[in-house]
Amino acid sequence: MTTREAFARAKAEGRAALIPYVMAGYPSRGADLEMVKQVLPYADLLEVGLPYSDPLGDGPVIQRASEQALRQGIHVADVAAFVREIRSLTDKPLFLMTYINPVLAVGPERFFGMFKEAGVNGLILPDLPPDEDPELVGLAQGAGLETTFLLAPTSTEARIQTVAPYCTGFVYTVSVAGVTGARDKLPEGLPELVGRIRRVTEAPVAIGFGISNRATAQQAAQAADGAVIASALIRAHEEGRGLVEVLREVRAGLERSLRV
Amino acid sequence: MHLPTYPLPDAKGRYAEFGGRYVPETLMPALEELTEAYLHYKNDPEFLAEYDYYLREYVGRPSPLYLAENLTRHLGGAKIYLKREDLNHTGAHKINNTLGQALLCKRMGKKRVIAETGAGQHGVSVATVAALMGLECVVYQGAEDVRRQALNVFRMKLLGAEVRPVESGTRTLKDATNEAIRDWVTNVRDSFYIIGSVVGPHPYPMMARDFQSIVGEEIKAQLREKEGRENPDVVIACVGGGSNAIGAFAPFAYQENRPRLIGVEAAGHGAASGLHSLSIGAGRKGVLHGAKMFLLYDDDGQIRPAHSVSAGLDYPGVGPEHSYYAEAGLAEYVGITDEEALEGFQLLCRLEGIIPALESAHAIAYAAKLAPEMEPEQVIVINLSGRGDKDVVEVMRVMEEGQGSRAEGLVQGGQS
Repeated sequence: MTTREAFARAKAEGRAALIPYVMAGYPSRGADLEMVKQVLPYADLLEVGLPYSDPLGDGPVIQRASEQALRQGIHVADVAAFVREIRSLTDKPLFLMTYINPVLAVGPERFFGMFKEAGVNGLILPDLPPDEDPELVGLAQGAGLETTFLLAPTSTEARIQTVAPYCTGFVYTVSVAGVTGARDKLPEGLPELVGRIRRVTEAPVAIGFGISNRATAQQAAQAADGAVIASALIRAHEEGRGLVEVLREVRAGLERSLRV
Repeated sequence: MHLPTYPLPDAKGRYAEFGGRYVPETLMPALEELTEAYLHYKNDPEFLAEYDYYLREYVGRPSPLYLAENLTRHLGGAKIYLKREDLNHTGAHKINNTLGQALLCKRMGKKRVIAETGAGQHGVSVATVAALMGLECVVYQGAEDVRRQALNVFRMKLLGAEVRPVESGTRTLKDATNEAIRDWVTNVRDSFYIIGSVVGPHPYPMMARDFQSIVGEEIKAQLREKEGRENPDVVIACVGGGSNAIGAFAPFAYQENRPRLIGVEAAGHGAASGLHSLSIGAGRKGVLHGAKMFLLYDDDGQIRPAHSVSAGLDYPGVGPEHSYYAEAGLAEYVGITDEEALEGFQLLCRLEGIIPALESAHAIAYAAKLAPEMEPEQVIVINLSGRGDKDVVEVMRVMEEGQGSRAEGLVQGGQS
């Protein structure tokens, strides 16, 4: 299934697409795949995190998860193997979320080839504004990967016009100025921000950062085509709550029939 | 008073391939705004007059260029001058940069400053200028460093800053920097991030270099007076992130007749041990804290913890402009081990009655190797970037720990 098809199918079913996040090696080797199996039935697309030592765009929950995964001795090659296993379970689009230094360390062409082969559809690069290294973005696209970059409430018209055309997968719109992490509600002004982005690109727009419950999911669904849920899932796992409960609630919030 | 203009970085903040802005998109508009503001104010006569006023009246500039006669005689080679940045208010070169950035912050109408700190020197320096300018100040410091540097934590609090311990990662400087960036991403509309070195996304390495360039500019003027020439034969400075070194190097680096510029990295327990801070000596090109630079990381790109006896050099990366100098051959970069640095530390104490910062002691230790090979009419300038009061407890601990016999020998030597 392509990224566009996944968003289109959710839309046809009257809801915004749900994009849960899982991290390779979290909570441990093997148990990460158990989390995948729990979230897959609710997912339209899946975001797969590559744990990193210095995740400066992430809040405390994902930082802790990264540290825990790295303590398991997770290497880039293990992340590719994890993707391969997920791919054997589903044909839903998979997006790898990685900071840029692991890409540079492995070598961009090798890195992109490895993950294309493993079965990812695209990449999310949170610390690479695409105009910083258009050549590297070209290499990723040349390897057959879609690319997704972030836009934010602080983004100017000029930034939106620069970044959006590089988003061949979807546009990842950050709901708040800040780092990843569950929040009780999202700021006003999201529809306006998404509107500004839509004027520049046809690509689907997903909201991330802060989606944690029915209310935040509803806000995201009112503004955009999809929502990413990450920290709230990991926090649920940390607190020993079922992921399914969180996923059901968020998925319910994404139903457009609930729009007032 | 002027702030210098150099051929680099280019409009995208690059020093050849180094530098740039590898940051979450949320920050990009703020970095553009900051660049624009800086480029405006660096030519604004009122801004420059205010900066100049505080440099003279508050920091105590110009700092002396002191002829270290005893050290020169002891080493028996080149004539050695010390650029006395240790005599600045707050005891190091750091304030040249924090003062400039705090003034810029005020002009931009921001009321809150954020900083990261390792041992606490930059944190104290930011807390100082924040107190002076009436700005709210939050300093992030690794929990491990908060524990080791209780005195500096107390200094920052005395100066009115809030110190937030960082529990993530290795709980040291690089993690404090991550956390400061996270704070900035969250509060970007009303906060100003004062980075402590020539690292971070553009325009930070450029701004910090320009504010630190007063060091090299003064060296030129002072040497003209003392030696009848602007250029020494060698300039030596320690390099962690690299702000004191860039201040001493940049005014010379782009000249045709360039002195030898030697950056001294912390070799810790030695290059082979893996416990060092040799970003240039043993690192590869990578991205940390928003810039491409030489960096210590493993085969998967995970950042490796750095090590040095000196907390100020204990950083896994090095500023993009140093990375460029190294690759273009504009400067040389060498390593000095913990043990050699401790010898340099004691050498300066005994011969000149100056207790240097452990960071600066790396530069002294390298000069001690180089000077004897040079001629008496040749001139070495060592950037004595900071004073060592902050380090005496650590030096005492290290000397007591396993190196007791040598320490005893030195104390006795001092008494004889």
